[in-house]
Amino acid sequence: MLELPVLRFGTPYESLEKTQVKNFETGEVLAEVHQANAGVLRMDMRKAHNARAALRKIDPATLVKMCGEAGEYYLNGTLEVGTGTQTQDDFCALQSASTGLPVEMCRANMHKAAFVLKEMDNILDALTRGLPLDVLAKGYGVEDRGVTVSYQANSPVLGCVLPSNSPGVHTLWLPVIPMQIGLVLKPGSTEPWTPYRMQAAFLKAGIPAEAIGLYPGPHEVGGAITELAGRSMIFGSQKTVEQYAGNPGVQVHGSGFSKILIGEDKIDDWESYLDLMETSVYANSGRSCINCSSIYAPRHGAEIADALARRLAKHEPKAMADPDAGLSAFTTEGVAEAVSGMIDDELKTPGAEEVTAKYRTGERLVQKGSHDFLKPTVIHCDSPEHPLANTEYMFPFVSVVDCPQKDMLKKIGYTLVGTALTDDADFKDQLLDATHIDRLNIGPVPTVALNWLQPHEGNIVEFLYRARAFQTEAPVPVAKQLETA
Amino acid sequence: MSAAAPKTAPAADSSAAAGAAQPLGVGVPDAGAGELPSPGSPDWVHRFYFDPNSADPAGPAPDEAVANCKAMLDAHTRAMVKWHFSPETGSPFWLEKAKTYDFDPLAITDFDGLKQFPIFEDDWLRGGPVRRWLPKGLEGKPLYVFETGGTTGTPKSRLVAEDHWIDYELFSDTLPEDKFPMGSDWLMLGPSGPRRLRLAVEHLAQHRGGMAFCVDLDPRFVVKSLKAGKADVAKDYQKHVIDQAWIVLTSGHDVKCLFTTPKLLEALAMRALDEGTSLAEMGITGIFGGGTEFTPQWYKFATEELLEGKVYLTPTYGNTLMGLACGKPFKPEDNYKITYYAPQPRAVTEVVDFKDHTQAVDYGATGRVKLYTLTPELFIPGFLERDEGEREKPCGKYPWDGVSGVRPYHVFAKKTTVGVY
Repeated sequence: MLELPVLRFGTPYESLEKTQVKNFETGEVLAEVHQANAGVLRMDMRKAHNARAALRKIDPATLVKMCGEAGEYYLNGTLEVGTGTQTQDDFCALQSASTGLPVEMCRANMHKAAFVLKEMDNILDALTRGLPLDVLAKGYGVEDRGVTVSYQANSPVLGCVLPSNSPGVHTLWLPVIPMQIGLVLKPGSTEPWTPYRMQAAFLKAGIPAEAIGLYPGPHEVGGAITELAGRSMIFGSQKTVEQYAGNPGVQVHGSGFSKILIGEDKIDDWESYLDLMETSVYANSGRSCINCSSIYAPRHGAEIADALARRLAKHEPKAMADPDAGLSAFTTEGVAEAVSGMIDDELKTPGAEEVTAKYRTGERLVQKGSHDFLKPTVIHCDSPEHPLANTEYMFPFVSVVDCPQKDMLKKIGYTLVGTALTDDADFKDQLLDATHIDRLNIGPVPTVALNWLQPHEGNIVEFLYRARAFQTEAPVPVAKQLETA
Repeated sequence: MSAAAPKTAPAADSSAAAGAAQPLGVGVPDAGAGELPSPGSPDWVHRFYFDPNSADPAGPAPDEAVANCKAMLDAHTRAMVKWHFSPETGSPFWLEKAKTYDFDPLAITDFDGLKQFPIFEDDWLRGGPVRRWLPKGLEGKPLYVFETGGTTGTPKSRLVAEDHWIDYELFSDTLPEDKFPMGSDWLMLGPSGPRRLRLAVEHLAQHRGGMAFCVDLDPRFVVKSLKAGKADVAKDYQKHVIDQAWIVLTSGHDVKCLFTTPKLLEALAMRALDEGTSLAEMGITGIFGGGTEFTPQWYKFATEELLEGKVYLTPTYGNTLMGLACGKPFKPEDNYKITYYAPQPRAVTEVVDFKDHTQAVDYGATGRVKLYTLTPELFIPGFLERDEGEREKPCGKYPWDGVSGVRPYHVFAKKTTVGVY
């Protein structure tokens, strides 16, 4: 039996409480995960500064190089993980079996994480806007233009309360290590695989064990992380987002409500964007916050919904190991049924029609006994006011919403990724000023196509480091400066 | 097994400590003692059947001790039923309630006979008149009214004359004297206000020849803050409570014993560690802890890390209705498993089938905790606690069934969290 101990900044700790991670199809126990109690975390957080101290003994350039090596180990290595060893295939099989994500999607997510690790120098260069990492390491430095700059770490560690259902998000915390900030991770209950394998890869690449803590455990552990880590990242529901709203120490990643907005100038050419729309809705089985959940169109809404429905309705549930599997399984009993029921309830409100219903085989909900699937669903809403116009579910679900361009920005609400199809200069200006859109694509960019050199829901560098004034000598008096000017 | 002679609790002078008016008896009883005297008579002895002299306190209980305890629990049940359902001694509540039953409570002859009663509803304890719970046989005694719950709406209230003294005097005999020295002072780091616990722990300290320092702690405010999503307010309040405790412990007093809850112990011990000391270094030798979050993992963590193996920690499980269930003596082989034994015969816990509360589950099986309180002051013939656990065999010190793994009843604890990311 594979056991995953608590890793108290590198030191394995056996808890008296363990949870089992099971294969959702067979019930086979895949691993026993030792559970930390919040007190264990609190005790260790008293020494969190040691994690940063261990990383500060290694210069950033070396840490970046180690990240590259860790990326290779993570992707292709046979690693010691918990009480077992694990290859890439083992990892994908385990992750798929506990999360319901098809095996090849698990592999694709591994590639994403490895890519980020291998491209770490470019990513940090982009996120720091070219700041030499030595400035972060030393605390201050002089830029090429002769200006003294100083950055102060907001916390010795980044705490992360990680999700169970979307392995792709782990890329967000990877740049932390070369910035000499330690990690305190609470793995998701059914997806311990990525943080444990990543920790093993970092270790093999030479990152000090005391730099990374893994604390699987109940909710109280997540609460202790957000309370005690000066900076933390949490993934959760809209309720979680609301709970931490206004807390500058907590970066919350919740529902994305990502959208495609089609301008008046492009709408008559809608057919040429169908591939983009399909990819944005269907990629990664529609489970991610960057999947498109609404398409706003000033005209042709019904036709767009119909064409998209014809395409998406073809996708059927397949076995997890099938290379063509595109739909994830719902592994928690009752969730898929509840989601499907919610959609049916909302459809009773006049003004919306499920277009996929007439093209797919069978019902939306497919119950397999041990797990369920939801087939892709396309809704046409005749107004942004309909309850389904701005809704997100964890499967390929999209609402095509009739909405004049002039009303779009007033109606869309928070949007993690907004892809705007327009050449209208005024509309572009409005989009650029729209603070409720986080990642903005102007042009034919699928919502799921991320450029890793761009910040995601806030710049992680700015989250972890604050710019501050720093002087080693008194400046030239103003009067004297004016004399010489 | 011979009967242990009724033993007076080891207080220097229990009456001086506002103690129980009637004698206390500790020890495994002899079976076949016949009918017990009325609780109103001077011959009544408040008993706790635990065996203070067991050769193997954490090992299996001798069959004879188990049988004796069971037989005497039946006799105790008959005495309690007679007391609570006789018009001369019973309370208005139970005398009225008896009229609604299709059986005669006075005809009950043994503990199992209590299963004829419908489940006790704790909502009956909300609101007044609270004197409807007062047995006529206790009229004239000075009374306390203690509350439980009350975060929203009317709290549940319970009348007490002496039960809190009796429960804690009996419990006192289970404490190891080297860890809870007689004459030492206590810190009561738990809820204050209209709660029984604050006075009970203070009485325990007095009964053992010491006194208790106390703090102000309003748990309702904490719960309200948490329910309102104000975790930071609750955290500040916890700090306020710990600050009070810290002042007591660092102001030149000689406090050796502590009552507290797991969360407060965690905060206090970490405060000590942050200050470069420890509770052991500060002179604490024994901690009596209560709270359902007392999990084996927490027990291990507290013993090994918070207390560095230097302070004795005894888990207990209790509430205003039951009194105090004691933890099975620590045995390394148990690997911090916590098993509780109710203070029989004054209270009994069973682990019952989730679907049939009249059926105890097999040993080792999981079920709901069902409570009976059988004191002259309070009669609860079966109440389903908000907890579940596993049924455990009798042990040498407590020769009757116990319950381990106590945790919130899964139906109440179940929360459906749907991730949307």
